[in-house]
Amino acid sequence: MNKTSVASKIQAEVDLQDFSKVSTNAALTSDQKVEFLRGMVRIRRFEQAALKYYNQGCMGGFLHLYIGQEAVAVGTSSLLHADDHIITAYRDHGHAIAVGMDMKECMAELFGKATGCSKGKGGSMHFFSPERHYWGGHGVVGGQTPLGLGIAYALKYKKVRGATLCFLGDGAVNQGTYHESLNLAGLWSLPVVYIIENNQYSMGTSVERSSTFRNCLAQRAEGYGIAWDTANGEDLYEVRAKTQGAIQRAHKDCRPTVLEVRTYRYYGHSVADANAKKYRSTEEIERHKNFHDPIRLWSKRLLDEAIVTGKLIDQIDEEAVREVESAVQFASGSPPPRETAIFEDIYYEVDHATQAGCSGTHFFR
Amino acid sequence: MPLITYRKALNNALAEELLRDENVVIIGEEVAEYNGAYKVTEGLWRRFGSRRVVDTPISEAGFIGLGIGASMLGMRPVIELMFWSFAYVAFDQIINNAGCIRYMSGGLIHLPLVIRGPANGGTNVGATHSHTPENFIANTPGLKVVCPATAYDAKGLMKAAIRDNDPVCVMENTLLYGERWDVPEEEYLIPLGVADVKRSGTDVALIAHGRAVLTALKAADILARQHHIYAEVIDLRSIRPLDEEAVLNAIRKTHRAVLVDENRPFCAVSSQIAALIQERVFDELDAPVVRVCTLDAPAIYSPELEKRQLPTAERVVSKALSIC
Ligand SMILES: Cc1ncc(C[n+]2csc(CCOP(=O)(O)OP(=O)(O)O)c2C)c(N)n1
Repeated sequence: MNKTSVASKIQAEVDLQDFSKVSTNAALTSDQKVEFLRGMVRIRRFEQAALKYYNQGCMGGFLHLYIGQEAVAVGTSSLLHADDHIITAYRDHGHAIAVGMDMKECMAELFGKATGCSKGKGGSMHFFSPERHYWGGHGVVGGQTPLGLGIAYALKYKKVRGATLCFLGDGAVNQGTYHESLNLAGLWSLPVVYIIENNQYSMGTSVERSSTFRNCLAQRAEGYGIAWDTANGEDLYEVRAKTQGAIQRAHKDCRPTVLEVRTYRYYGHSVADANAKKYRSTEEIERHKNFHDPIRLWSKRLLDEAIVTGKLIDQIDEEAVREVESAVQFASGSPPPRETAIFEDIYYEVDHATQAGCSGTHFFR
Repeated sequence: MPLITYRKALNNALAEELLRDENVVIIGEEVAEYNGAYKVTEGLWRRFGSRRVVDTPISEAGFIGLGIGASMLGMRPVIELMFWSFAYVAFDQIINNAGCIRYMSGGLIHLPLVIRGPANGGTNVGATHSHTPENFIANTPGLKVVCPATAYDAKGLMKAAIRDNDPVCVMENTLLYGERWDVPEEEYLIPLGVADVKRSGTDVALIAHGRAVLTALKAADILARQHHIYAEVIDLRSIRPLDEEAVLNAIRKTHRAVLVDENRPFCAVSSQIAALIQERVFDELDAPVVRVCTLDAPAIYSPELEKRQLPTAERVVSKALSIC
């Protein structure tokens, strides 16, 4: 398939299919659909607050905002079964909240507090919640891709029917680790779903300037004998429909999938390039905000389907704002980690009463 | 006690742990059907099958990362590197992921895995295949690193490493695989972080790890026979955790130290030992701490010269004489 025909195939799919009718979406209750809206709004409000307090100097480090991409995290995580897992890169707040992490612990992590999800030791790029099968938050581009593979490997080894969703960006597809992962995933038939969140930029470099074969990044998977697909990330129905197919492939056939989701971020790569207009036009950003915003589009759908009223949408928004404010209060009122915490959580024995830990042979400063 | 090779001792350790714990798997290039590039995994694939002993494509970052991910879900993978020199291809996975995830997650995640394989020079394979990166690894809190010097130590340390709940890097020595030592048949473990006094003496401490321990022992022999100088030989066994007390006690006893190290001298493990001694027991010293390291150049191919590039017993003897 040459490049133009791939592009036209994608275009045709976007135009022709109505994903509200596919079984996984047709089965949704109104309550569930409203929950998706709530999920996206909560992420957006969380991120907006994070930006505000970052600018006030309450946080250190980088802040990579997920604003504009919310339908991807909410749509994909809404499909997770009890034995499925998620791992992602450094733009990780959206996925964290989508899998059910408490905003309080997330905000406290941004504030570097002991009450943060990683006890103030990970920061924005390193949220973790193993109990929710959320394995981070990883700061090195592409570095999480073999880890997601390993989680899938362990599922298969333990004969658990599950899938691992491993998120990466359009920039990360050019890293060697990703290609090593794809080769192993195909070779060993592992239940991993690589979800490329193609927001069209890696920092300031557009896909045009970073990738050969750029019309469809997912199609590179063909070279590894791996099924691939693309989805329009503005449309929660489509994200769910395509992800569902990939998860089924993992569960039923124990096979990997690469799914490329077209999406967009309104802010810069991080706060360092907040306005992000050096490498793209104001018109481009405005066009996305006005015509492609996943929250607006979903709200409109729910209004059209007569599932919500404008009043309910406002109410959901106000609740989210209040929730975020109380998370900020919690975070700012929380204590920083004790100084001794610097030396905790390095080695297992230091923190647990193991034989080695008791004899002191593993303990060192 | 049967006399067995270092290679066989490691092989026995792996077999015993595969048998003991279903979560242990061996993953690496040529570990299964080919029986291992250095035959450490010989026979394991035939005995335990492809589910437990797994051949990989050449993709160090891929399969080390995979091992880390699998350990997140409670497996205990043992990853073989064909050479530790190739670890550099996977340093992101080893340092950033294996080394840091426990810390960055606030202790929510621990990673019980072993990365093992041959390190060190001396086999005339040139610079790219002769690295000994224990100093790089030991520089990352969160990682452990052990360097067994004998078959006995290799077995006990390997078994302890596999049962350890943190990522442990085991650096075997290519030149030792064929050497034989007494190894008991019954099970034993050597805890990580406990050094061994390989020879006791009163006049000078020779402190070493890995194959350098054998060089130190040879030097101690010469010192005793030809010079009536009695050296104590300390085998660190594990670099991190480091048995600091063993080092300090040796200084308190002998008041002199020669550090023998197959690392290059710049920012080496022995640099750390020298700093430790001067920080903690400076007053005990009767002479400056001296070192015998691999000469500070990439590994030379020339078989004649490479022998001289590595620490030799003769160099250790002459350094010892200079301070005794
Ligand atoms: C190995 C590595 N190189 C460079 C960086 C710096 N960096 C962080 S994010 C990023 C851009 C990645 O873009 P993409 O994968 O498209 O993800 P997005 O930010 O769009 O979500 C770069 C270059 C890094 N973190 N890791």
